[in-house]
Amino acid sequence: MELPADLRYTSEHEWVRLDGDEGTVGITDFAQEQLGDVVYVELPEAGTQLVQGDTFGTVESVKAVSDLFAPVSGEVLERNEALQDAPELVNTSPYGDGWLLKLRVEEPAQVDALLDAASYRSETESA
Amino acid sequence: MIERAIGEEDFGARLAFDRGAAGRRAVAVPQWQGRETPLPAAHLLRDSVRLPELSQGELVRYYTALAQRNFGVDTGSYPLGSCSMKYNPKVNDVVASLPGFANAHPAEPEAAQGTLRILLDLQRALGAITGLPHVSLAPAAGAQGELAGILMIRRALEQRGELGKRRRVLVPDSAHGTNPATAAMAGFTVTQIPTAADGAMDRAALAAELDGSVAAMMVTLPNTLGLWETGIEEAARDLHRVGAFVYGDGANLNAIVGRVRYGDLGIDIAHLNLHKTFSTPHGGGGPGAGPVCASTALAPYLPAPVVVEGSTGTLALHRPRESIGQLQQFHGSVGVLVRAYAYIRTLGLAGLRAVSENADLNANYLRVLLEPHYDLPHPRRVLHEVVFSGSRQRKAGVRAYDIVKRLIDYGLHPPTVYFPLIVDEALMIEPTETESREDIERYAAALVAIAEEAERDPEALEEAPQHTPVGRLDETRAARRPVLRWPGPETEPCGSKGTVER
Repeated sequence: MELPADLRYTSEHEWVRLDGDEGTVGITDFAQEQLGDVVYVELPEAGTQLVQGDTFGTVESVKAVSDLFAPVSGEVLERNEALQDAPELVNTSPYGDGWLLKLRVEEPAQVDALLDAASYRSETESA
Repeated sequence: MIERAIGEEDFGARLAFDRGAAGRRAVAVPQWQGRETPLPAAHLLRDSVRLPELSQGELVRYYTALAQRNFGVDTGSYPLGSCSMKYNPKVNDVVASLPGFANAHPAEPEAAQGTLRILLDLQRALGAITGLPHVSLAPAAGAQGELAGILMIRRALEQRGELGKRRRVLVPDSAHGTNPATAAMAGFTVTQIPTAADGAMDRAALAAELDGSVAAMMVTLPNTLGLWETGIEEAARDLHRVGAFVYGDGANLNAIVGRVRYGDLGIDIAHLNLHKTFSTPHGGGGPGAGPVCASTALAPYLPAPVVVEGSTGTLALHRPRESIGQLQQFHGSVGVLVRAYAYIRTLGLAGLRAVSENADLNANYLRVLLEPHYDLPHPRRVLHEVVFSGSRQRKAGVRAYDIVKRLIDYGLHPPTVYFPLIVDEALMIEPTETESREDIERYAAALVAIAEEAERDPEALEEAPQHTPVGRLDETRAARRPVLRWPGPETEPCGSKGTVER
């Protein structure tokens, strides 16, 4: 399982990459592996305000439909439009082309409080 | 992408609006000879409406083309695992359409003593078959029967003053998705019990969860892997020892009907899906029927109404003393219930036993034929269905989805895929008892041929199906962004986003 060290993680299997006050959000390698082939991704439009912990969309795989939870609060700047036609990017490149949203992060401290790669790894291993 | 030249006949793809020509009619309506009194123009919404104009022949051919695109159990084998798509004898429909049943008025149930007699006999038959003698036929579907059953357990706990502390329902991870949903809907929290290596529930994990916070366990017999829950009697005793109930999901009764009774295993309450075991119509949005069968302890809580016989032999609808209430208007889907009764009476006990024996024999025959070609995660004798894994083919880049789409090219209906969730690349096949030996061999031969294709030319399978009016559809988008209006996006650019593409 790939877990880049520069990202922060949530127990709901999402990751955040912070760049200034812009955060990129996606689901982890572990999550895409568990879900199986992703066939549809539903995401909010730019301008939507997210509050940490809210459900903001769904990922549908051949197995199941799963909710997505906002890892931090902020305004949606952009959603990954490429996923409309190529949802499989979530499987092939969960940390790259398969990103979900870009957010303007309200409180960068929320990102710092998320799990680091080592803590997330131990959570998935104990699961 | 498969491009295919479609000539004049389009297999019903063009709508009636795009067929025929102006002035054509399917029937000649006689000219009105009286005086015409036109509606005042002010009351008209529009002065014309475009309706299809087809000759009778064109119309019949159009509908026949649509019908021929359909695949049903009257067309061929339809071995969707977990669905029991058996052939339904036509005599069921004949009986249900007898005027005495078909014309009985629901507002005057007591006048229909004959119908009530059938319902009472059906209650008794289902009680005898399940070993749970108290039966309500009221629930409108299996899922509603399941909810009724768990609400009955909830009411019983409430009366015992234990609802406050018994908040958990245990559900094996091989369960039907409705089980955890039902428990949650009834206000309980769900604790998942893992599956052991032999495909039955992990008894050690179950034992670790047993305490006074457990309201019930929901168990499917046989489970969704088509396997018997070995030691279910002991598990039920353990549940009872901590004061919890055992709920039986009767969806798979067709695997054991006539041979095993839920009540004998220690199950307190079960629902039955009549469309599965008792050959009533499947789906189509209903009506369905999901009777709930209970032990004496839970009988007072049955959903209303139940049919009872008075001392003079007159039958009446009755609301049990502590009933959870009424689940739908009137008294259940009587037309469906009559069909199930006809089926039971046609077969009798020996016939019902043969149903489950042949369902199991057919599934095991298929298992033996396919085991060399597909991975079998739990290699032991199954009951009515068998769950293979396409993991071997997946390594060659072929998904379970590709395999079953290829089956369509062989003229066969795919099995259930990707369920149960605990099997990777699951291929869940339930031939049912009504398929012949030749049908099963033909199905197995097609799957063996596809396994060989997966080795030889895996990429070609991604193109399947190729011999159908349309190729592979984007099913997810069709469900997520359906195009529900006509004219469609081809003529209306505003509808172009999110259309279903080949």
